[in-house]
Amino acid sequence: MKTTKAYNFPNPLCQAGKVQKTVLCLLIVLTNTFLFAQKTYTHIALFGGIAHIGNGKIIESSLIVIKNNLIEAVMDAKGIKINPQAYDTIIDIGSKHVYPALINTNNVLGLVDAESIRATRDFAEVGNINPHIRTLIAYNTDNIVVPTVKTNGILYTQATPRGGLISGSSSIMALEGWNWEDAVLKADDGIHLNFPKAVEKKWNDEEGVTSSANKKYVDELNYLNKFFADALSYSKEQTVTEKNIRFEAMKPIFNGKANLYLHADNVKDIITAINFSKKYNIAKAVIVGGKESYKITSELKKNKIPVMLNRVNDLPDNNDDAIDIVFKTPYLLQKDSVLFCLQLEGDMEAPQSRNLAFNAGVAVAYGLTKEQALASISYNAAKILGVEKQIGTLEEGKMASIIVSDGDVLDIKTNNIILAYIAGKPVTLKNKQTELYIKYKNKYGIK
Amino acid sequence: MKKLYFSILFLIFSISKIVSQSTFPTNGAPFNTHSIYAFTNATIIVDFETTLKNAVLIVQNGKILNVGEKLEIPKNAIVYDLKGKFIYPSFIDIYNDYGMPEAKPHMRNGFTGPQPESNVKGAYGWNQAIKADLEAHKLFLHNKDKAEELKKIGFGAVVTCPKDGIVRGSGALVLLNNTKENESILTDKVAGYYALNKGSSTQDYPSSLTGCIALLRQTYYDAQWYALANSGIPTKAEYNISLDAFNKLQLLPSIIDGNDKFNDLRVAKIGKEFNVKYIVKGGGNEYQRINDIQNAFLKFIIPVNFPEAYDVEDPYDAEAITLTDLKHWELAPTNPAVLEKNYIPFCFTSNDLKNKSDFLKNIRKAIQYGLSEKTALKALTANPALFINAYDKIGALKKDFIANFFISNKAIFDDDSQILQQWVKGEPSIYADINPIDIRGNYILASNNKTYKIKFFEDAIKSKAQITIDTTKKSLNYSFTNNIITFSFMPDTIDVVRASGNYNAIQKSFEGNLQLANGNWQSFTLTFESIVDTTKKPTPPITKKLLNLGKVIYPFNAFGQALPEENGFFKDSWNKFKNRYSAILIKNATVWTNDGDSLLKNYDVYIVEGKIVRIAPNIDAPKLAFALTIDAKGKHLTPGIIDEHSHIALTSGVNEGTQSSSAEVRMGDVINPDDINIYRQLAGGVTCAQLLHGSANAIGGQSALIKLRWGHNAEDMKYEKADGFIKFALGENVKQSNWGDFNTIRFPQSRMGVEQVYNDFFTRAKEYDKAMTTFLTGKDKNKIAPRKDLELDALAEILNKKRFITCHSYVQSEINMLMHIADTFGFKVNTFTHILEGYKVADKMKAHGVSASTFADWWAYKNEVLDAIPYNATILTKMGVNTAINSDDAEMARRLNQEAAKSIKYGALTEIEALKLVTLNPAKMLHIDDKVGSIKVGKIADVVLWTDNPLSVYAKADKTIIDGQIYFDRDEDVKLQDYIKTERARIIAKLLAEKQKGSKTQKHQTKQQRLYHCNTIEGVGEEETGHR
Repeated sequence: MKTTKAYNFPNPLCQAGKVQKTVLCLLIVLTNTFLFAQKTYTHIALFGGIAHIGNGKIIESSLIVIKNNLIEAVMDAKGIKINPQAYDTIIDIGSKHVYPALINTNNVLGLVDAESIRATRDFAEVGNINPHIRTLIAYNTDNIVVPTVKTNGILYTQATPRGGLISGSSSIMALEGWNWEDAVLKADDGIHLNFPKAVEKKWNDEEGVTSSANKKYVDELNYLNKFFADALSYSKEQTVTEKNIRFEAMKPIFNGKANLYLHADNVKDIITAINFSKKYNIAKAVIVGGKESYKITSELKKNKIPVMLNRVNDLPDNNDDAIDIVFKTPYLLQKDSVLFCLQLEGDMEAPQSRNLAFNAGVAVAYGLTKEQALASISYNAAKILGVEKQIGTLEEGKMASIIVSDGDVLDIKTNNIILAYIAGKPVTLKNKQTELYIKYKNKYGIK
Repeated sequence: MKKLYFSILFLIFSISKIVSQSTFPTNGAPFNTHSIYAFTNATIIVDFETTLKNAVLIVQNGKILNVGEKLEIPKNAIVYDLKGKFIYPSFIDIYNDYGMPEAKPHMRNGFTGPQPESNVKGAYGWNQAIKADLEAHKLFLHNKDKAEELKKIGFGAVVTCPKDGIVRGSGALVLLNNTKENESILTDKVAGYYALNKGSSTQDYPSSLTGCIALLRQTYYDAQWYALANSGIPTKAEYNISLDAFNKLQLLPSIIDGNDKFNDLRVAKIGKEFNVKYIVKGGGNEYQRINDIQNAFLKFIIPVNFPEAYDVEDPYDAEAITLTDLKHWELAPTNPAVLEKNYIPFCFTSNDLKNKSDFLKNIRKAIQYGLSEKTALKALTANPALFINAYDKIGALKKDFIANFFISNKAIFDDDSQILQQWVKGEPSIYADINPIDIRGNYILASNNKTYKIKFFEDAIKSKAQITIDTTKKSLNYSFTNNIITFSFMPDTIDVVRASGNYNAIQKSFEGNLQLANGNWQSFTLTFESIVDTTKKPTPPITKKLLNLGKVIYPFNAFGQALPEENGFFKDSWNKFKNRYSAILIKNATVWTNDGDSLLKNYDVYIVEGKIVRIAPNIDAPKLAFALTIDAKGKHLTPGIIDEHSHIALTSGVNEGTQSSSAEVRMGDVINPDDINIYRQLAGGVTCAQLLHGSANAIGGQSALIKLRWGHNAEDMKYEKADGFIKFALGENVKQSNWGDFNTIRFPQSRMGVEQVYNDFFTRAKEYDKAMTTFLTGKDKNKIAPRKDLELDALAEILNKKRFITCHSYVQSEINMLMHIADTFGFKVNTFTHILEGYKVADKMKAHGVSASTFADWWAYKNEVLDAIPYNATILTKMGVNTAINSDDAEMARRLNQEAAKSIKYGALTEIEALKLVTLNPAKMLHIDDKVGSIKVGKIADVVLWTDNPLSVYAKADKTIIDGQIYFDRDEDVKLQDYIKTERARIIAKLLAEKQKGSKTQKHQTKQQRLYHCNTIEGVGEEETGHR
């Protein structure tokens, strides 16, 4: 068995077991051929890469074996002799970095093309209480933003509804697929509740941003309590007298089959949301946003409530806050053993999804280890979403959803995804933007 | 001659003294009186600096006949013995809208469609907010309730004018008496009123503060032109009621709303431009920038709206109250004292007070906080009169002055002093008895052989009574007015007895009848037995030490710093503060010079007096005093980051997008040096930022270039002698594509129209410029100057290459178009900003010589950015276009180094090239690369020390240095956080004590600087305007 330092790519023309030397710029063309090639490769060995497992462990020189759609083996490659006959493809990835596929949570990615164009917005429905609304069916596998996100190593997204008090159900989608049935990893993983805010932020011409008591707060809480009490009671009915599709949709959160995502940032809202979830015996409650979650880590830990944390690249809420408090929040949660993952809800969140890893990178500058930061966008996310048996780490038996980067995936200047698989299938690493780039490079004749 | 003059005056006066004439017929016989009132034995405060003891005040026909210590009292005088009482000249409020019509509510246009023109019909000016022709005296109507409210707190006269509009018209000096309006108006026009707030005007323009400033400035210029143009015959200009009235208004003192320390300075600047000595209505926070306020050399009208204590019981809620608000609560009462100590003339106004009844309480508080009583009195009497040239009539108790005075039981600034009577033009309002009967004491109530003990006494707050029934003491409800007492009590648990009795002052007892529960009447006596203990515990005087006040910090926001101790509390010594280090030596750094192809490893950089003087290995430690050596081993030194496209540090609006061109507005007028984002961005290595107008219209406003000199004032933040720039914009925002269904009428609505906006404006600017030049160089001395047009001035500067365009742009077609327009009119576009399709026309841009300032990877937020690619900066750079990465966003500006690194990922620029995208290249496009943008001997020391390779996501700015001074230091930041924590805790403890004392508290409400983007319209949510 001969291995080389250069990239070696599988090619429909080469024989199984043979390794052909090729050059980097062919990568895009060649990976593309996977999808349309007659022959599919089902037993692939990724050899020599620095494997970041996702659970904190690193294998400096690894062998990762993909069989069909699963990871067959992950092991230290030191001293291992690869039997070329055992695989139909062997890829020497030298000292490149191998990671589990990154997971984008709480995002409208796939539900909108350009936000200002109304016709492309499919993430919010009319009405305040919409548990029966499902993002799954609006998720567009041919969305224009998705291909620009995949190329940075993000291969899954939680397509999440917005608006109202209860926005609807999210689903976890792979970023590749012919249609939503094909792309879905987990349908209706949970219901999103925008928890009422005790203090509201508004702005006016004269004073700028002001925050003051939310006048609708008590009404909203009462309204939600009534709805939850009714829905809980309905879920216990032996024989349903009249079918109510909103209540039907709520059943999975009462019987522990789906998450209840409580969107709350302010510390008092978080506490109220936790108490609310306890009142209705919600087995799987998740705080989403959690900008001030660092203030009540013990409460979160005690109640085993994980946090899908607000984007790291954000401004503090208050003038008096430490300027780096938002950068530091992931570390503060980690230090106090609160399970959390990072998400990017906010301005331009769909196109911003491609910067997920760099948000995790910033958290490293403010205290996380690189492996903890990786977990916050892979393993932790999978655990919170309840898909950790399928994705989130490079471990035997899990889906072969894997990315390979030239360098450290968390740092902007070294992040360069050269190879990616979703459930064993290679991912196209080009998009409209790379095509326009090549087109105009050629126009000007620049390198 | 002089003698004759005086004798005539005397004659006129004597006549008016004898005959009180009125044009009004009376229904029945008139009630006219000419009674003489003499107030004797009083302590008379003649004026703020003269007090007479045991003096007499004589008043007739609403005027003061005489005042003095030993005066003969006319025999027919009605005499008031005011032994132990005080007489003060009534206060004057020259900022008031008493008797004016209710202000109409302001309607937003966002939901009703645009209104480009004025709604006012007739020969008026073009803008509805210029109400120069308004004359308050014609609108004035008595309002008894409002008058009483003011009189009760000491006022006898006000200058009134509606608080509405940018030019508000003339104010009238009116008395607060309750007769005919004809008797109240003392002077019809005493001052012109102005503000930077369009009030109820429904016209679109101006929508922002910068637009208000521009409109006021243009009005001054228009009025000057109008006066000149109409001075000859025949009239050369239009007739214009508003401008005509505006010119007449200039003969009066000008009173203008500042309402805030920075707005005070803004209006002061306008005053300087037009040589107007404004009297500025302040905001009560002048102490926060007292040095600048002093340097404005203006007079002030100051409110006493000291904030109520905050409710801080809930520790989480209290977190949202900013340090600014906490400190302002603590220090606001020092404002008048600080003004006094800085020799700033001011008067008080009751305006801005929620409850007028707090007025005297707050004045007294200001005195506790250091204001002298003399200045306080002056600010209530003489100063307001002097400011409006009325100190010959009101503001003092002198012969022939209007008889406006009040009588108080004690010196008015004493805590428990009470105004007993207010006399306005000789007409009294009575609030309490001059000599109240003192019924305090122990009494015996006797009726039908039954007796009870009753005690009348006074506790700290009010008079009370107590009755003893079978040894049980109960409080007794009673009232005592007009010599009659009424009270009721329950002798047992069921029955109520009610009583009414008359007081006999000589016997000190009451006699009367009471009615039993069964309806039977019987007589009673209430007889004085003994006195009660009346000695009250004196409240200890509040001393400065007891107040334990914090310091003013610069800026007045979190992460601001107090000036050094030795310079004292009130005296600014910013210069000393600024020059903490005369030299800094940075040792063993990896230096990114932007000057050469490689990094200098283990190099030293030596900075002296703000400049880089040496770059070499192993420079010896400086021997200068105030020198600092920084060990930068393992760290990276780069030039400071320059954000070419920023909207931080601006006040009340970034867009004057109400017209297709707003070239006249200047972002430099509305810099907010207190914006927390300045500090946050220093922590991201930003040293310099161009503050741009938004992108709501084709021709935006003039830009401001600032250095992030945190703590300094707005003017000192500006980059010295920078070239002028102006914002242009193309595409969806300009044609209002995402503004909703109402906004479809402002020209232009298509990219075709945008071209013609430029064609039109530049054609007019060219003609204007020619006319101006002809006039200035011309020989025809009689020719009238063309009307100075601030908008066309700015555009002419572009044509003359004295002002440079930064143009918001996305799509290739429009980029092409503007370059053609520029070529046609003979100038060059300086910078295309955003320029997301720049890569499609990079060759044309290179040929034109324009720079590009773009986003690293933003896209997909609207239709015109669907072809944006993150490789844009790389292609443009490789094509030789000077390219920068900018923020347009307060958050992203904190990590522009990371955004620059994206061009390494997307298109493989070298690290040195990538860093230039946020340092040297923007410096070039802003024409400041001769001073900053690289680390080179002779350049200004605007540098950043990073913990790591600055292009790595793991790098943090450790120190940010501007002009050779450290403005951000990560260690210092920890100390500042600690200061914030302890300062908050200190004030919160005070607030808790305040609440326990029973003071009124307010729920928290926090204010923060609004974050602006290109598309932000004041009064309209971002969701309504699309994105960027």
